[in-house]
Amino acid sequence: MALQSLDIVGRSASTTASPQQRRTAEIAKLIDISKCIGCKACQVACMEWNDLRDEVGTCSGVYDNPPDLSGASWTVMRYAEVEPEPGKLEWLIRKDGCMHCSEPGCLLACPAPGAIVRYSNGIVDFHEENCIGCGYCIAGCPFNIPRLSKKDGKAYKCTLCSDRVAVGLEPACIKTCPTGALMFGTKEEMKEQAAHRIADLKRRGFKNAGLYDPKGVNGTHVMYVLQHADRPGLYNGLPDAPKIDAFVAFWKGAAKPIGSWILGITALTGFLHYLTVGPNEAKEEENEQTGDRP
Amino acid sequence: MSNQTDRIERHSAPERVNHWLVAILFITTALGGLALFHPYFFWISNLLGGGTMTRILHPFLGVLVFLAFSGLVTRWATDNRLTDADRQWLRQIRDVISNQEGNLPEAGRFNAGQKCLFWFQLTALCLLLLSGVVIWRPWFAPYFSISLIRVAVVVHGVMAFLLIAGIITHIYAAFWVKGSLKGMTTGLVSRAWAKKFHPAWYRQISGGGKQ
Repeated sequence: MALQSLDIVGRSASTTASPQQRRTAEIAKLIDISKCIGCKACQVACMEWNDLRDEVGTCSGVYDNPPDLSGASWTVMRYAEVEPEPGKLEWLIRKDGCMHCSEPGCLLACPAPGAIVRYSNGIVDFHEENCIGCGYCIAGCPFNIPRLSKKDGKAYKCTLCSDRVAVGLEPACIKTCPTGALMFGTKEEMKEQAAHRIADLKRRGFKNAGLYDPKGVNGTHVMYVLQHADRPGLYNGLPDAPKIDAFVAFWKGAAKPIGSWILGITALTGFLHYLTVGPNEAKEEENEQTGDRP
Repeated sequence: MSNQTDRIERHSAPERVNHWLVAILFITTALGGLALFHPYFFWISNLLGGGTMTRILHPFLGVLVFLAFSGLVTRWATDNRLTDADRQWLRQIRDVISNQEGNLPEAGRFNAGQKCLFWFQLTALCLLLLSGVVIWRPWFAPYFSISLIRVAVVVHGVMAFLLIAGIITHIYAAFWVKGSLKGMTTGLVSRAWAKKFHPAWYRQISGGGKQ
């Protein structure tokens, strides 16, 4: 992706500045759950565009199929039958996949330079040729999205069709959605669009309708319009307040300089000790004295 | 007087082989671990055949370190029991680092510093093995929750840094106390060395209580 390499603003395991000459508009995908009918056309479009064919599995008794994300299934529909109010059944269908965080836990956790990048348009992309298959991205992600492929041991997830977006096309899932539940544009436009939808939902009685653009990861580039924004957990366990876990933040933050300094100071202390106190030797004459003894 | 009788055996050949097996495996594992831990050290992964090979090899090497160190534990655990004299030795750590070992309680086969390192290494390796299994992909990590994996990576990293710092100290001590390295390569040390640094051990091996 020669041109797109100019638009990389964040790279995994890299301590120096990334190329950032160009400016591109910040984009977002908006998923309006109230308009989704669960047809899975987006799953199919994702497979088609990305040439992915997951193994044909078995029906687990519910509509979720495949039952989970995998190396070859980058988006799945998750169906939840819930009663937000007693006696009022709702079927909440959420298209699950990468949220393209502004502060991606996967990118922070990744130890391989340039295996995970963040473009100036907001897309977080995996460059599998640099991926070493350690799975740290799985531990780093607050949304439990990346999956290691059993075929090649590399991590995969939704690219937000970075290849299509780079040439001015919308992602494949957006293109195919028959109800308009999936929308795509600049992040600002999508927020405006969401505001209209939320006002409409509120008029229809969903007083807690709202936009899911979690602040804990500094916003995402996949956003949901939720009928029950006060309870994201209703939507198949969408996290209430996702953020980079404290253990991950320490592991990839303070632990690195502290650990490196500990090693450096230990070695330096030894060096200085040798220069100031000096070696400890058993003297030869003592050797002779003791040698006479036995 | 530098004939053969001046030199006494400190470590048998099997002990030495076992020690250096641990050393070589540990250094290889630690370098690979550092490469995975901090981007500053990622270049080290080239020594192990690249990032992916490092990721594949590191856990297997780690298990080998544990197994090899278990050999040292069976050989040396009894010699590493801490005594009251050892506690006094540790209280006088200033005398230790200023080469005033004459003021110290007599050290046995291993001194209190070596003993502490030994038990610390064993503890650290156990924690590294347990936490390492939890984060070992693709084999074992899928069986553990993501929150446990997050705890395990921190435990693994912290213990690894402490252990490497301990090993740096160990290597320096061998360089600082002249004659120690030969004790682990040729297996032999001079009587003067034994008497100066491990007097209680020297008395024991040179026959009873006389000096």
